[in-house]
Amino acid sequence: MTAIAPPIARPMSAHSPLRRRVRRFTAMSGMTLLAVMIVSAFLLPLLFMATTAFKDKNQLTALGAPWYPAVPETLAYEGEEYPLYRVPMPDGTTRTLALYEPGREQSTWLDPANPGAGAIEWQGRWRSLAPAYKVELYTDNFVTAWNGLDFPRLLFNTLMIAGISTIGAVGSAVCVAYGFSRFRFPGRNGLFLLLLSTIILPMQVTLIPTFAVFAALGWTGTWLPLIVPYFFGNAYNVFLLRQYFLTIPRELDEAAMIDGAGPFRILRSVIVPQARAAIVAVCLFHFFWAWNEFYLPLIYLQGNQSAEPLSTAIARFNGVYSQEPTLIQAAAIMAMIIPVAVFFLAQRAFMRGIVFSGVEK
Amino acid sequence: MTAASGSAAGPTIVERHGPRPARFSLATRESISGFLYISPWIVGLLLFTLAPMVASFVMSFTDFDPRSPGETTFIGFANYERMVRGILGQPGGDPLIGSSLFITVRFAAILIPVTLGFALGVAMLVNSTLLAGRNLFRTLFYMPMQIPIVASTLIWIGMLNASTGWFNSILGSVGVDGPDWLNNVAWVAPSLTIMGLWGIGNMMLIFLAGLQGIPTELYDAAKVDGAGRWSTFRKITLPMLSPVLFYNVIITLIGTFQYFTQAYIIGNGRGDPAGATNFFNFHLYREGWAFYDMGYASALAWLLFAIVLVLTIGVFRTAGSWVYEAGGDR
Repeated sequence: MTAIAPPIARPMSAHSPLRRRVRRFTAMSGMTLLAVMIVSAFLLPLLFMATTAFKDKNQLTALGAPWYPAVPETLAYEGEEYPLYRVPMPDGTTRTLALYEPGREQSTWLDPANPGAGAIEWQGRWRSLAPAYKVELYTDNFVTAWNGLDFPRLLFNTLMIAGISTIGAVGSAVCVAYGFSRFRFPGRNGLFLLLLSTIILPMQVTLIPTFAVFAALGWTGTWLPLIVPYFFGNAYNVFLLRQYFLTIPRELDEAAMIDGAGPFRILRSVIVPQARAAIVAVCLFHFFWAWNEFYLPLIYLQGNQSAEPLSTAIARFNGVYSQEPTLIQAAAIMAMIIPVAVFFLAQRAFMRGIVFSGVEK
Repeated sequence: MTAASGSAAGPTIVERHGPRPARFSLATRESISGFLYISPWIVGLLLFTLAPMVASFVMSFTDFDPRSPGETTFIGFANYERMVRGILGQPGGDPLIGSSLFITVRFAAILIPVTLGFALGVAMLVNSTLLAGRNLFRTLFYMPMQIPIVASTLIWIGMLNASTGWFNSILGSVGVDGPDWLNNVAWVAPSLTIMGLWGIGNMMLIFLAGLQGIPTELYDAAKVDGAGRWSTFRKITLPMLSPVLFYNVIITLIGTFQYFTQAYIIGNGRGDPAGATNFFNFHLYREGWAFYDMGYASALAWLLFAIVLVLTIGVFRTAGSWVYEAGGDR
């Protein structure tokens, strides 16, 4: 932007371009540093989650415990375990020593590096000292959360609900979008407007009668209410795909038509391969939207916990173990690891879809 | 548009067929194919949208209880009367509806300026040519959107815990005695606002598109006129972004009226502490699925629809301006 400066403005001085480059470098460093600081603060809860999940729950309430997962250090000496403390020495240094014989005002200590060298006398109250910690990842939280949640079953349920509904949502959206983008029929524009207008309809308006019907059919407690409605072309997905299909040149269809391809063949061999990026984006959006969904599993699967997906099961787990943050954070990691990993792996497809649609649903 | 112009050749061929074609004409065949392809949506529209809408409207005049659907009776406008009386604070009304609307609107009043300001700031940051690795930063600021809401809520519950969370330890290290965020009636809404910062991803991207749509000539002109950073922001960036800003405000407002998962988890499904998380959509859920008063819940759903509709019409009234701006970029 600033490069528009006319050539006359270029001074003869040899210093200027260099100085400008240095200034730009400084400005860039400052801006990037600022961004690093903001993003670190922004994502700090993730560090909290990760460190808490690997802590023993006693560490949370222990005084003087570090922020990272750690256990109090001990010295094994002559078949006994002696706790290590950070001891301020008379010469001003601080040493890590093992408490051999605690006393009220005076204690005897051992040097953990060389316990056989003899006892060290120290004046002062050992109870006021900070214990020495060493980094240790405590993985039992994950085992407990895994078993308590019956995680493999939850993962299976979530994958099935999200996977099957994605197949239905994307398949139907491709068909409907194809219909709206490639065929002329009476009332097409009116119907498309109607489709768009359903985007703003809050789910709650149709939810209660739908729930009553599904309950009457005996579908509550099964996956059916969470899957079947998505086989009928969600307005949002249709809109996104239709916009994309319109950008595919019709000459390609016509060439296929001349070769004798019918409408379905054109959809399969021309449109779908050309629109792969948009279809992948819709797949990802719908899959993780379904993965995330909380309200519908909550009302439909209330009576049947064995069919539950991760979202409601983890919320219930939180209700049971709310006093044990270490377990809750381990469960949170287990719930987010797949969506976040896929996001980073398929980042370009995601961003393309977001840019394309403007707003995620 | 492409579809219409591209297939313009179709009808002209059709005209040449005889007056009584043996088979369907090309145009009819095209119509049939078209309807066939959109038929899943039409079936879905009838089954899962239009029929339930009619049913929900009818239900809002009944005392439908899913446990005893056979005993449903028409009660006229009683549900709506209960709602209106509750909002007006008159006796015989729903005692919680007024507070739930108030909680929702007040939350929106805090959430909107904070998240919009943050999202705009972040968008300007990741739009700056001075920032190295802009795409990485965009991804990182967007990333929390991809964390399932239940998981992110649990992370924040831990983070904001008064004794074991880091939020208060950090505040404590600078000498501030933090409150018990999620268990304190006064601090729940600010806590949920802080949590809401993790949801700025889409807003940031919309702002980014808006920022990239501002012609650089305007900034060059401002520079020539000797405008400083602040006045450039106030006199150029902000007015040029105002349509996008307005769009984000309305979308967030609609979002707060549908706010549910966080309210459910933090309020333990009861609106804890002391009804402070009894957001409108949560209230609707409780009336329907905790108290099984689905007739009244239907009436609440129609109120929700009315609110969303009014807000959306607001967006569309101004759509001309923001659509133009966004389109100018491409």
